[in-house]
Amino acid sequence: MKIVIINYGAGNIQSIKFAIQRLGYEAVLSHDEVAIRNADKVIFPGVGEASSAMEMLKASGLDKVIPTLKQPVLGICLGMQLMCNSCEEGDTQGLGIFDCDVIKFDNSEKVPQIGWNQIENLKSDLFKGINDKEYMYLVHSFYVPLNDEAIATTEYGIKYASALQKDNFYGVQFHPEKSSKAGAQILQNFLEL
Amino acid sequence: MFLQNTFNFSTFNFQLRNMLTKRIIPCLDIKNGRTVKGVNFVDLRDAGDPVELAEIYANEGADELVFLDITATEQRRKTLVELVMHVAEKVNIPFTVGGGISSVEDVEILLNSGADKVSINSSAVKNPQLINELAGKFGSQCIVVAIDAKQIEGEWMVHLVGGKVPTDIKLFDWAKEVEQRGAGEILFTSMDHDGTKNGFANEALAYLSELVNIPIIASGGAGTMQHFTDTFIEGKADAALAASVFHFKEIEIIDLKNELKRNNIPVRL
Repeated sequence: MKIVIINYGAGNIQSIKFAIQRLGYEAVLSHDEVAIRNADKVIFPGVGEASSAMEMLKASGLDKVIPTLKQPVLGICLGMQLMCNSCEEGDTQGLGIFDCDVIKFDNSEKVPQIGWNQIENLKSDLFKGINDKEYMYLVHSFYVPLNDEAIATTEYGIKYASALQKDNFYGVQFHPEKSSKAGAQILQNFLEL
Repeated sequence: MFLQNTFNFSTFNFQLRNMLTKRIIPCLDIKNGRTVKGVNFVDLRDAGDPVELAEIYANEGADELVFLDITATEQRRKTLVELVMHVAEKVNIPFTVGGGISSVEDVEILLNSGADKVSINSSAVKNPQLINELAGKFGSQCIVVAIDAKQIEGEWMVHLVGGKVPTDIKLFDWAKEVEQRGAGEILFTSMDHDGTKNGFANEALAYLSELVNIPIIASGGAGTMQHFTDTFIEGKADAALAASVFHFKEIEIIDLKNELKRNNIPVRL
């Protein structure tokens, strides 16, 4: 199986590569369009600030490529946020794969949310074998409100969409690569889609 | 009776507000790529191997790990980067690296090697603008500002070099400033409590937690499981860090989490 982790300069991609390695697979880091199109599975990572990550994505030309991919694509954290219509952070226009907007947590809770929180209302093969209310590791200040494409929800002051799916595109706000055994199971499920 | 009811109501409320759990964070002191303080793990093949110890803590239910590097040789960056790579390869929970980090370049190489967060301390006091630069380039979420403080004539004052060097900066002013400059978290160590095993600095922690709107990691003073309960309830801490109580197996992480759960504190089990 060919697994490509999109390498566009934003994110802790080494951790995702290692997490996949622990599952017995090898992933390639690449920003090459051909390699990405030929992959069986594509992972779109991202941490940091939305507008600068989007700038880097545009500079690599991959903003035009990602929305046209046909194989399973998994956006993680900021990667998922960039797949939405827009992000409030840095007034960023997203890739428009998911029909929703990313907005900032109000200050009723501490921001960023950092730590382990539960995912529930799980609705996808991505969560095969995962218990309702399983704990995942999250680090973020912006979130996707509940919507029709939500396949998991989490509560932090308000209930929000912590995972999304549309056709072959999947997005998770949490970090499966850092979420212990349950996180590893989700990555494995994605690779076996 | 009245007190009992009030107490239950507040913990109930606190659970309803969010399901984010309180974090337990073992801290490993590192020198030349090896753990410094003695550890008492009979099941360790190599008592000085930080990667093996990290894996054990991850399996026992630690929520995060902190590696504090105290290496002072010219090789320090190279050995630290190698260690970070090895940890990232083996460990499936987040970890923070701190100790001697003073530039954007330092942070970049550590994050690219697989660290999730970095913690800065003295370098931020000497050059506060560094916090803005790091938060701008890498995002607030990976920038932890560690603050060591102790009370001087009733006032909490920031200290450097593990509490040895006093400054004229007040803890609460500095905490507010680092938040405004873009820190994502504050790791507060009370030098008055560190090593005493008499409990965390809960009064200062609670004040800090109300003062800023970023998570606070409590450090210094852990001796018993009750101390952790106290720092989450009285100290309003978001996470608690400790070293020797875990290294010497005085407290098992799984027992601690069960105890916290019994006290209605949300934890990942």
